[in-house]
Amino acid sequence: MLLGRTANGLYWMNRYIERAENMARLVDAGLRMALTRTQNASEEWNSVLLSAGSDAAFTQKYQEYTAANVADFLLRDTSNPSSTMSSIETARNNARMVRTALTRETWESINEAWMALKRMLARRIDERDLPSVLDAIKRETALIRGSFYGTMLRNEIFDFSQLGTYVERADNTARILDVKYYVLLPSISWVGSTLDNYQWESILRSVSAHRSYRWVYEADYKPTNIADYLILNVRMPRSLTFCYRFLTEHLKFLGDDYGERHACHATAGKTQSMLTAGSIKDIFDAGLHEFLANFIRDNTRLGDEIAQDYKFY
Amino acid sequence: MRLAAFDEMLPEVSGLRKPYSAYDRWLKEQDPARLTEKMQDAERVFRKTGITFAVYGEQEASERLIPFDIVPRIISGNEWRRLTQGIEQRVQALNAFLDDIYHRQEILRAGRVPKELIARNEAFLPEMIGVRPPAGVYTHIIGVDIVRISENEFYVLEDNARTPSGVSYMLENRETMMQLFPELFQQIKVRPVENYPQLLRQSLAAVRPQGTKGTPTIAVLTPGSFNSAYFEHAFLADQMGVQLVEGQDLRVIDGHVAMRTTEGYKQIDVLYRRVDDSFLDPLTFRPDSALGVPGIMDVYRAGNITIANAPGTGIADDKAIYSYMPEIVEFYTGRKAILGNIPTWRCSEPDSLKYVIEHIDELVIKEVHGSGGYGMLVGPAATKKECQDFSKKLQAKPSNYIAQPTLALSTCPILTEKGLSPRHVDLRPYVLVSDRIQIVPGGLTRVALKEGSLVVNSSQGGGTKDTWVLDD
Repeated sequence: MLLGRTANGLYWMNRYIERAENMARLVDAGLRMALTRTQNASEEWNSVLLSAGSDAAFTQKYQEYTAANVADFLLRDTSNPSSTMSSIETARNNARMVRTALTRETWESINEAWMALKRMLARRIDERDLPSVLDAIKRETALIRGSFYGTMLRNEIFDFSQLGTYVERADNTARILDVKYYVLLPSISWVGSTLDNYQWESILRSVSAHRSYRWVYEADYKPTNIADYLILNVRMPRSLTFCYRFLTEHLKFLGDDYGERHACHATAGKTQSMLTAGSIKDIFDAGLHEFLANFIRDNTRLGDEIAQDYKFY
Repeated sequence: MRLAAFDEMLPEVSGLRKPYSAYDRWLKEQDPARLTEKMQDAERVFRKTGITFAVYGEQEASERLIPFDIVPRIISGNEWRRLTQGIEQRVQALNAFLDDIYHRQEILRAGRVPKELIARNEAFLPEMIGVRPPAGVYTHIIGVDIVRISENEFYVLEDNARTPSGVSYMLENRETMMQLFPELFQQIKVRPVENYPQLLRQSLAAVRPQGTKGTPTIAVLTPGSFNSAYFEHAFLADQMGVQLVEGQDLRVIDGHVAMRTTEGYKQIDVLYRRVDDSFLDPLTFRPDSALGVPGIMDVYRAGNITIANAPGTGIADDKAIYSYMPEIVEFYTGRKAILGNIPTWRCSEPDSLKYVIEHIDELVIKEVHGSGGYGMLVGPAATKKECQDFSKKLQAKPSNYIAQPTLALSTCPILTEKGLSPRHVDLRPYVLVSDRIQIVPGGLTRVALKEGSLVVNSSQGGGTKDTWVLDD
């Protein structure tokens, strides 16, 4: 038996842990772009902020897109509710709330991550320290994930946690693609330029897939392959299909355990079959941007339905 | 100012006391540097596990650790037996008093406690008149604060009959000590405290409503994760293996209290609530409360849920009632109180008020409804100006205050950078009441870490120690 409020806390705890890490990844990709191309760096930072869903809030506060400003806003600004610091703080507050549902190891890893990042992000980050700060964020969230997978019983508590992780991750990957969808369109005339290569690498880097891409496709960057990798590849842990494979699996466990299926099961199932049935060509033919916009909308709806069906509020 | 206090380990007159002899032997063999290291280990353990408490009134809702001292407070088996007899008697009297005060009020008729003390008291809940809780128990979990003055003098400082806190520290302190010094527990036989959560669960199950079918469903009600004692609420729910609920999870359905789960609403039979009376039911008490359950009092009156502790138990531990405890104990148990009270002046009485104002620099003055060491004056430690200011407050509302002599609370050494150094301590053993009374051998020793200070409250710079009851 699990309280609806506890399920809600687990779900959001994991969404925010995922988000804390995604912010670091986005900054990492932006930093790489800014380092390799001195021109148009501000455009790159703009993309990063759009992917993070934080561009409007950023421009209210800053005039200039600089590495220092963006890193500060996305990593440590507590007035930005999605910054790494805000996310880890929210994740920990949720973890405190659901503490009785967590193993000691899981709780301690979250608490320690919070302590470490609070210390590290207390002051503005010196640009020279940025890479090590980004590493530390990824390390702390990896430790949380490790203790979570290593110690948690695979029951409803685990299922609700995973739902949070994968809804957030799917949303994040889809947004990264949507912000840059135009560089993946085959119709663009400057396909294959150095510039494109940077752009493509940046997309892969923001989902930590720039190396694994080569293991799978054994070739140069190709926009259709990149889109295929991030959308349809079932082995790539941040692809949309991968996320939905696990979302439907955990929803099935819950449905079986409770002996009841809800609206969220239908919604997840629909997206899942659309992803498994589709080819990347179909997606491009129908319009990549439209596909992604629909996906993001349905994914948000899935989150709302999970909350409603399992009495989060 | 320093009071000549009785030291429980090494009194000046008689030398090392027997309960400490084995520990003292061990201590003398230890390398001081290693002990300092262990102390830092302890702090790391506490911070890592998040055993913190929030301090009200500080800028950020900051989380602080209650400092932990690694020198145990040791009580012999004999001393403990005497204490438990006194505590049992007192707890019996408290429950009998509550039953009486919400029914026939014999003690008021007999003139042993003044009527107006009850009628005008905010802690008295008229809503509880005529209500008999399941199994007839009002106060299920009690923390009796005890101070020691000399080898043979123990006094009750306060009866915490509402929602006493701190038991999680008793358990974690022991856990930490066993981790830091496993060898000590092999050499010295200390009675275990770690079964407290199981005892609590059994005790709560034993007072379930009569109509409960099968195993009762128990839950801990917390005000939420921003409450200063949240860690303890979560800890106890976890250790008992029951749900930790908030008001927003609960609702009255078909005459029962139910919690919202992922599969719909499930009935609760016993609620261990850590929410104050006034927040318990917005339909009965404070209408603005979001922490309670609308309608729970109706369910309670119908006998369909056990609330532990019962609403209205505060009338038994009120500081104004405290001064009548010797009469109360004698009235209901027919015997003199084994554990004494500290002499108390009720400032509502003109003669007492006069005495208190004249001797303000010698007394400890407390608010009748205060807790946590807030709003009190320790006369001997206060400046002239503070005494004068307090004196004005006293005269403005005398019935709001009681006064007690400044007692030389016993001391127990703590480990400082310069070695052992005595500090004042008190003791809060935890008592569980169901169809029987159980007292866990130990309790929470609070220690005033500042040299000479008598205020042991954690919110005022107090720390804690592991408390050993010897199996001798």
